[in-house]
Amino acid sequence: MTRADTLRAFKRDGRIVIVGASLAGLRAAEALRAEGFTGSLTMIGDELGEPYDRPPLSKQVLTGWVPADGTALPRRRDINAEWLLGVPASGLDMAGNVVRLADGREVPFDRVLIATGVRARPWFVESEAALDGVFVVRTREHAEGLQRALAAGPSRVLVIGAGFTGSEIASICRERDIPVTVAELAPAPLVGALGAMIGEVAADMQRAHGVDLRCGVKVTRLEGDAQGHLRRAHFDDGSTIDADVAVVALGGIRNTDWLRDSGLAAGVWGIACDTGCRALDINGLITDDVFVAGDVARCPNPIYEYRLISLEHWANAVEQAEVAAHNMVSAQADRWPHLSIPLFWSIQFGANIKSVGVPTFADEVVVTQGSVSDRRFVAAYGYQGRVTAAVSFNNAKWLDHYRQLIETAAPFPPLCPTPDQPVDSKPVPVDFPGPALIAQGATVVVTGNAPSERRVTSLQQHHR
Amino acid sequence: MRIVVDLSRCEGYAQCAFLAPDAFRMHGEEALMYDPSPDDAQRERVLRAAAACPVQAILVDQLEGLEAPVEASPS
Repeated sequence: MTRADTLRAFKRDGRIVIVGASLAGLRAAEALRAEGFTGSLTMIGDELGEPYDRPPLSKQVLTGWVPADGTALPRRRDINAEWLLGVPASGLDMAGNVVRLADGREVPFDRVLIATGVRARPWFVESEAALDGVFVVRTREHAEGLQRALAAGPSRVLVIGAGFTGSEIASICRERDIPVTVAELAPAPLVGALGAMIGEVAADMQRAHGVDLRCGVKVTRLEGDAQGHLRRAHFDDGSTIDADVAVVALGGIRNTDWLRDSGLAAGVWGIACDTGCRALDINGLITDDVFVAGDVARCPNPIYEYRLISLEHWANAVEQAEVAAHNMVSAQADRWPHLSIPLFWSIQFGANIKSVGVPTFADEVVVTQGSVSDRRFVAAYGYQGRVTAAVSFNNAKWLDHYRQLIETAAPFPPLCPTPDQPVDSKPVPVDFPGPALIAQGATVVVTGNAPSERRVTSLQQHHR
Repeated sequence: MRIVVDLSRCEGYAQCAFLAPDAFRMHGEEALMYDPSPDDAQRERVLRAAAACPVQAILVDQLEGLEAPVEASPS
């Protein structure tokens, strides 16, 4: 059989398993069928029910407008799949080509797509996380529980972490006229993603909307009453605050634990892959039959010095899923690279915040259009004299212009494309929090001396 | 019916909010909030909104409930 024959046979009656039945998994399944894959398709997901959309969970659902079970994703086509829901995958055997499920079942595949996403980072003390009134927001059930708690009219909500999700939840609380305190370890909200200048804008916006914003503080303890209800939070500066609801918004943990012994390049930072979405093994070698997409993928981006970047962005999940699906059923010469420029949005305090590019990949930032005090502006980010990102507040129509500047490595600072150039726009250092705030532990070590012996080993296996 | 709006594409033209105000609402000047499962009585209006979107950011379900996946598989 020629290679073309093999590919034809695979497209006709091969076996594809998709681990992760959320946005990326669903869109990949639809794309596989659109590409003409007629073999067997299995969807594995740890949550029950149909794939649903998550962004509304921290917005429309929490305002009480949309019920938590009302965000099921619309379908692009029938995917004719077998759905194995409610049971997480527990292992991947790359030699035997099977996915193992937590209940012991084994699902064989010819090619597998991993789209297991992220889960919410829980509060670090288990007994405190279990208190009545302490929430995270990632799933439908989480959002439903928090919505009910907000509807009950709490005396005060404490939001721990002023990233995008935490800030959106604080915004909803103010919209519902609920007193809210936001506690953030960094000097300002959103500062880890967008830098000090935007952080300051975000802080002003929160305070203007009546948020009790406390930056540079750490919540050290959540205290419950005798009935196990949250009643107070303690800060590292010795102060306390009374609250009956706390929302832990400390980001996500990538769901890679189940791949620990798989031999893939998987860790807390995600699963490394090439731009064709093929996973790398632990030695950094490309695999043929294992693909990755969505929040869990860590993919090189040529615009950013080929650095491996993982993105928890809605549009990235959709686009990467489509590229992965195409490549799963295409010959080498027909494969596509996933080369999109990251796009992100957040809706909070009446502002539409959008970003294009990678703002953390920058050394300077400058307001290029509009007015910061009106909260209608665009800021461009530059790295060593070229444009690498832009952030807009209520000015989304201009972002595509900045995407083109990024793609063409346009010089920084860029020219203002409109007559509303701010008079005093001078680039300032971008100022992200230091490594102490963002450092994560090493996950691999290199062992062996001779070139034939040198291997990368995961720290877990190394220490056994 | 089911819809999703690609908000990374949405530029806040608000055509949808004019055409189907029960399903699409503006939050502030240009941010869009929408109901992902508008009532079927809204269908015509939502379809008109989807067609009118200048950046074609609104995806309406193509299946119309033809397929409902199993809730969980027997182990």
